[in-house]
Amino acid sequence: MELDALILARIQFAANITFHILFPSITIALAWILLFFKIRYTKTGDTAWLDAYGFWVKVFGLSFALGVVSGVTMSFQFGTNWPGFMNTVGNIAGPLLAYEVLTAFFLEATFLAIMLFGRRFVSERTHNIATFLVALGTTASAFWILTLNSWMQTPAGYEMVEGQIVITDWLAALFNPSLPYRLTHMLMASGLTAAFLVAGLSAYRWLRGDRSSGVMKALRTGVLSAAALIPLQIFVGDLHGLNTFEHQPAKIAAMEGVWETQRGVPLLLFALPNEAERRNDYEIRIPRGASLILTHSLDGEIKGLNEFEGMYPPVAKVFWSFRIMVGVGLIMLAVSWVAAWQLVRRKMLSPWVAKALVGMTFSGWIATVAGWYVTEIGRQPWLVHGVLATKDAVGDVPAAMVAVSLTMYLGVYVVMLFAYISVLFYMARKAGSNGPASMGEPGKGVAR
Amino acid sequence: MNAEIWLPMAFAGLMALSLLMYVVLDGYDLGVGILLPFAKDDDKDTMVSSIGPFWDANETWLVLGVGLLLVAFPKAHGIILQALYLPVTVMLIGLILRGVAFDFRVKAGVRYKGLWNRVFAAGSLIASMAQGVMLGRYLTAFEPGWQAWAFALLVGVGLSAAYVLLGACWLIMKSEGTLQRQAIGWARYGVFGTALCVAAVSLVTPLVSERIAAKWFEMPEFFLLLPLPLLTLALFVLLLLMLPRLDQRLGQGDQHLCWLPFSMAVGIFLLSFYGLSYSVFPDVIIDKLDIWEAAAHPQALWVIFIGAVVVLPAIVAYTVFVYRVFWGKTRELTYS
Repeated sequence: MELDALILARIQFAANITFHILFPSITIALAWILLFFKIRYTKTGDTAWLDAYGFWVKVFGLSFALGVVSGVTMSFQFGTNWPGFMNTVGNIAGPLLAYEVLTAFFLEATFLAIMLFGRRFVSERTHNIATFLVALGTTASAFWILTLNSWMQTPAGYEMVEGQIVITDWLAALFNPSLPYRLTHMLMASGLTAAFLVAGLSAYRWLRGDRSSGVMKALRTGVLSAAALIPLQIFVGDLHGLNTFEHQPAKIAAMEGVWETQRGVPLLLFALPNEAERRNDYEIRIPRGASLILTHSLDGEIKGLNEFEGMYPPVAKVFWSFRIMVGVGLIMLAVSWVAAWQLVRRKMLSPWVAKALVGMTFSGWIATVAGWYVTEIGRQPWLVHGVLATKDAVGDVPAAMVAVSLTMYLGVYVVMLFAYISVLFYMARKAGSNGPASMGEPGKGVAR
Repeated sequence: MNAEIWLPMAFAGLMALSLLMYVVLDGYDLGVGILLPFAKDDDKDTMVSSIGPFWDANETWLVLGVGLLLVAFPKAHGIILQALYLPVTVMLIGLILRGVAFDFRVKAGVRYKGLWNRVFAAGSLIASMAQGVMLGRYLTAFEPGWQAWAFALLVGVGLSAAYVLLGACWLIMKSEGTLQRQAIGWARYGVFGTALCVAAVSLVTPLVSERIAAKWFEMPEFFLLLPLPLLTLALFVLLLLMLPRLDQRLGQGDQHLCWLPFSMAVGIFLLSFYGLSYSVFPDVIIDKLDIWEAAAHPQALWVIFIGAVVVLPAIVAYTVFVYRVFWGKTRELTYS
């Protein structure tokens, strides 16, 4: 592969958005978890809920800051590297991005101040409302950006006029065919990411002997939300796959490694897609499995990559990203159900389950990123499916310049990621050694 | 008037408003960041606390400004951001570094605090310099050659000084004691730097474009516009004269006028920004592309315009609300 400006710009965008998505996927759901802690405290007066809030709001503040700064980068990338995108589909992308800034970014960024630092200055009720508005803002932001992404996957309600799209039906464009599935799938992914983070760090504190009531409440909240969400997520993921099968069959063919159109397609558990020979090596298969899942019939027909000559995505990347996502999802199911069973039935956690939870702390990231790779790489060679090819949208910044910026971004991202993960575990250790009571009293918490 | 005529004008106005909000609001917090290494260790927490609740929202104005350029003037967005590729990248790196250092400096272990303080200050300076360079490059219409780049660097230094002025005046308003008195000294340096920046830009922009020169120096515009530079000059002089007196008053424990330098600094920004906008309008890239040529399809503009008209007042209202919650002298920030 030659490293020309196009591939460098693609790697740079992929690196930016991969780094960015890590943090919203935590904050979208963590905001609602924090609201839950806060409401439980207001209702019961039990300060353990406030302890849980006090620790997790700090994690939220840190994650939010990383999300903001990496998000600002995204808004510039459209112009610096992909001018063709706005020139072609600006009439839909522009309004959606503008509404995201206007209705979501300002709301969350402004009320975040009260949520993080304002409890001493406003009433408990106002503080709860501010927390609610931050949660609402993060979710609204997800809605707008996923609407745009879904439109790029399954464009609707438009016509082409002189090389530009013009929207003819706004409702059809906004609520395009893949939006309901993608939005639900992503919101649940965020729920799982936050739930495993909360469960993982709480289990880490629990293992270190910090078994205060606040830690236990957070642990239970994390584990039980994860256990409740994961089967729903698997169900929604299946529906999302069926939707893709209908609208983007080439993506499904790559996900399942189907080279030729056929009936009774097996489900591949393992294979090495061989692009040169147009076949899979070392297949481990469940006969007729893929046909059963996608068509609900044992000999349903699945279109193969042969039908999309020259217009299908890189097979191995999509195939493997999909398997990683599903694999992590299945481990999530096993770990969260065992942990939930122990917490509910035995009111105790065995150390090895706690260790498994710690190991799964960032599992949501892996599944989310792998899932996004499936859908984004799976859309290639299109930037907007059937409307705009990726190669036609790239700008003419020289390759050397992109290489310079890419190197800088990668360097910063690696350091930030390392610092973020270390600081989370450091905070968990420190919170335990300070004693839980320090969270609830004014003046003793740690200033930002 | 025809929507194809006035919608781009309305968007140019909205975009200018967002960028003005950005330079004033993020300007003071970038300025405080640049000043951090010069403060005593005890005061550093107060400095960061004074901007902690606001910086997220302040930066959102940049996203809105660039977002409006992107959605309302897509042709210009592509050209401008590709021409500014390197300074934009450097600015983003700076913003990333300072944004995260805010949190890491208190959440990481104590032994790393000094390191993150330095990252915070460096990131603030890098972002400010890069923004000035972007402004300088923009004003020379991205002309190649070392003279144009030297000018851009000069604007970079000048804009950083202007942010230092805003930051120092913010601290005069929001702090007490030794930090407040120290900030008065910083503000005086800031005044000189800012004046240099304003003078350089005022001299160079008419030289770059005959159209801009004509806008300022033809009769009767010259006399009509004369109050603008005179007022700016007056504000500089007044600010310089009042700082030592304010220092005396503060020494006697009189806090009454501590908000005045910040208001005057904002006044200087408003006037300078107005002058710049007057020069550039109606172009979006000087002498190359005007706002009507660069504008997006009226359909998209309508949809965004309606949203902006409905939502912006609400944004202003809740921004004011949050500033009121954290009104007055800075108290230590805690999460409880």
